[in-house]
Amino acid sequence: MTTLSKEERSRRYLNPYLGGILLGLVLLMSNFISGRGLGASGAVKSVVGASIEAVNSNAAENSLFMAEFKASHQGGALNNWLVYEVLGVIVGGFLSGAFAGRLKLKVEHSPKITSVRRLAFALVGGALFGFGAQLARGCTSGAALSGMAVLSLGGFITMMAIFGTAFALAYFFRKLWI
Amino acid sequence: MGPLVANGIITENTNLLLAFFIGIGFGFVLESSGFSSSRKLAGVFYGYDTVVLKVFFTAAITAMLGLLFMSLFGWVDLEQIYVNPTFLKSAIVGGVVMGAGFIMGGFCPGTSVCGASIGKIDAMVFVIGLFIGVYFFAFTYSWWEKLYKATPLGNIKVSDSLGLSDGIFALLLVVIAMGMFYVAEWAEKRFPREEY
Repeated sequence: MTTLSKEERSRRYLNPYLGGILLGLVLLMSNFISGRGLGASGAVKSVVGASIEAVNSNAAENSLFMAEFKASHQGGALNNWLVYEVLGVIVGGFLSGAFAGRLKLKVEHSPKITSVRRLAFALVGGALFGFGAQLARGCTSGAALSGMAVLSLGGFITMMAIFGTAFALAYFFRKLWI
Repeated sequence: MGPLVANGIITENTNLLLAFFIGIGFGFVLESSGFSSSRKLAGVFYGYDTVVLKVFFTAAITAMLGLLFMSLFGWVDLEQIYVNPTFLKSAIVGGVVMGAGFIMGGFCPGTSVCGASIGKIDAMVFVIGLFIGVYFFAFTYSWWEKLYKATPLGNIKVSDSLGLSDGIFALLLVVIAMGMFYVAEWAEKRFPREEY
């Protein structure tokens, strides 16, 4: 473990306002080119839908979820804008991490908790996020960020519900983080 | 002129290829901003690191202003841009469930993919969690269908629902964001925490 001063450490990340402008420009390009915003959870839904279809090709006949999924994925479950975009996110994140020397297999957690505890909460948190994103028709990127950019009322409501709830519960989960 | 795909300037296949490159930009900026670290992300809820708030709101107002100006210059037809439909109840309930997931898991879907791409094992486990959550929703959809489809308000804009023009609302949001950035800078000085 190398010890870096706080300045050295923080210099390794982009200035957050510059990062925000760049992210905003990516989102703007997405709207200009494809007429839609960014997303993430929708790609998970595509993989889930494709896997259910692969196991049971008649799923659409006896499952309302699959019937609606097929109707909204006419071009094929995986041949979908969000699937290609999320593949890009993997490549982009990897490249940035590689350039900055941050590629490393590790469990990141507060020194006050064990790795196992961190991973257990990551699993539960992920499950809740995946479920909530289905209900709200999108996650932080698809519903909140992209929705806000096009002034969608639902985008603002979902954003406030996500951040408001996380703030309200922060006290109870403080040991995980501080 | 824009959006390019809706006006036949690029084909549907080119659109999918460009989605991949847009994703690369998305992932690169997220990772460069520190969004691959759950402790950095969770910091906003304790005041020690507010990078989430700064990046998120700067990005939202940049894209929002960009679209409004491009529309003003006639470069993009806002009528052809997808405005996420609003279902009031499911937006709130889904958001509350996501907020609980955020404070427990320390990631959101996009940032977890990003963290997983540089080798964060907690991010990979979060992604597995996402799949569990979506499978659960898929198999129990009949329980939630009513809530999922309740209170449809259509593709309504926040400015319309407040009775403001898009421009005035945008100005208001920029002012609010500036206020939040000021509080964020204050909080980081008030609640410092040792780097890890």
